[in-house]
Amino acid sequence: MKILVCISHVPDTTSKINFTDADSKFDTNGVQFVINPNDEFGLTRAMWFKEKQGASVTVVNVGGNETEPTLRKALAIGADAAIRVNTEAKDGFQVAKELAKVVQDGGYDLVIAGRESIDYNGAMVPGMLAELTGANFVTNCISLEVEGTNATASREIDGGKETVTTSLPLVIGGQKGLVEESDLRIPNMRGIMMARKKPLTVIESSVTETETASIKFEKPELKGAVTLVDAGNLDELINLLHNEAKVI
Amino acid sequence: MSVLVYTESENGKFKKTALEVASYAKAVANQIGTTVTAVTVNAADTSELGNYGVDKVLNVSNSTLEKFNAKSYAEVIKQAASKEDAKVVIVSQSADSKYLAPLLAVGLNAGYASNVVEAPSNTAPFTVKRTAFTNKAFNMTTINTDVKIVGVSNNAFGLVENSASASSENFSPSIPESGVTVQSVDVATDKVTIADAEVVVSAGRGLKGPENWGMIEELAGVLGAATACSKPVSDLGWRPHSEHVGQTGKPVATNLYIAIGISGAIQHLAGINASKVKVVINTDPEAPFFKAADYGVVGDAFEVVPALIEKLKAFKAANA
Repeated sequence: MKILVCISHVPDTTSKINFTDADSKFDTNGVQFVINPNDEFGLTRAMWFKEKQGASVTVVNVGGNETEPTLRKALAIGADAAIRVNTEAKDGFQVAKELAKVVQDGGYDLVIAGRESIDYNGAMVPGMLAELTGANFVTNCISLEVEGTNATASREIDGGKETVTTSLPLVIGGQKGLVEESDLRIPNMRGIMMARKKPLTVIESSVTETETASIKFEKPELKGAVTLVDAGNLDELINLLHNEAKVI
Repeated sequence: MSVLVYTESENGKFKKTALEVASYAKAVANQIGTTVTAVTVNAADTSELGNYGVDKVLNVSNSTLEKFNAKSYAEVIKQAASKEDAKVVIVSQSADSKYLAPLLAVGLNAGYASNVVEAPSNTAPFTVKRTAFTNKAFNMTTINTDVKIVGVSNNAFGLVENSASASSENFSPSIPESGVTVQSVDVATDKVTIADAEVVVSAGRGLKGPENWGMIEELAGVLGAATACSKPVSDLGWRPHSEHVGQTGKPVATNLYIAIGISGAIQHLAGINASKVKVVINTDPEAPFFKAADYGVVGDAFEVVPALIEKLKAFKAANA
């Protein structure tokens, strides 16, 4: 089985979110970048398929050369090869089109992406990629088994979960549950050394237009200080929630 | 040329998010001077949609669509958009609508903006405000294609009543092979879901163990709330994964979010920040959640929560 894992290069969760160039660009100054958490669950599941069932795992990112350390980290975790599509990721549709070409050229059976990135939160790329390549698609995926060309997956739905059967080629929008938090791997020294020798292929962009454009960022208004209520005076809390906040 | 809105139903009844996206579609239709057409799948009674500004309903009744299927449903909406020559298509951000929207975008060759929180600030260029960086920022985005898809965040725009009477017609699109077959659905039908709830009661490791969740469920029961939990609690297996809210769990955008024994890690706050009013109950006055909350009680959950339940019962009885 040939697996492609899509890796988004995102600011670490604890990063301060600031903007530059008249609020049009994310300020990367002092920001640490990581593998998008939803993608990391998928990458770890791909490692399981590689080790237990036999599969090759390629990771891919659409972005400039600043994203290569993130791809190297994925190689150090155990992916066999990496591809970087050399262009700025501007919108979900553009990224999906770039990835569709990678999928078609590489003939991947299973593509695992995260259900969404934690920076742009578009939740678009996996579904668009599936539709563009004619693959089946399951998102919010919390378990995945593959036997031959048949797959069984569960996805989280509002209020519970759903189990589906489908077949390869398949695109997954993964999240926690695909593997557990405790299954995630920290690259060891041997992995890091080996990652340096693994192939990282840079290919040029094939998409010129975008469907949407980011104009400007805004930060939410600073909220006021918390109103503290004494634990012995819960009537006051109920009063505030009823009369001031009007939520009960 | 009308604005098309996909109004989701469950067991024949419209979800609250359906009425909210109908309200949003009406606002967009007013801006561009047109009408609203809704497309529904296996809904029992569509007259309610008129109350939220829908002029016409395309009613799809088809037993193969009994269970949700992203590819088939996206195809239904695509054919409805073509029939109506719709240039703007509105969907909610429920789990199902978020699943189908990217497929629909490819099908219609449409630009799609997700997590939109306000009516467009401009219609030429079509400009919307969406959340980004997991609720830590907003992003103004233009959609530059002929056909545009807007995904409206739950509980962001609100319900706007518009008394109109919606005409209804049957619509029979062709349904493709879907490739994904639902084998089983596992939902607790007697519980309020986090996505639909007006109030969410959430608890963390401060509760000390799964055996102490009885009071959380009782508090949720009194408030008609959904229950949720922090990430450590679901990682420890105290509560099911489906209750985990936060950055890698479910997003919450409710009217009232009550956090009990949750310190307020940045990943947790990111996922619940879209909630309108936040209350924290925690023994530690230095817990980061107090900086994010509107109201706070410094105290032991094992004393505060039972007392709060009794007082809320009395309040509900007096205001019933």
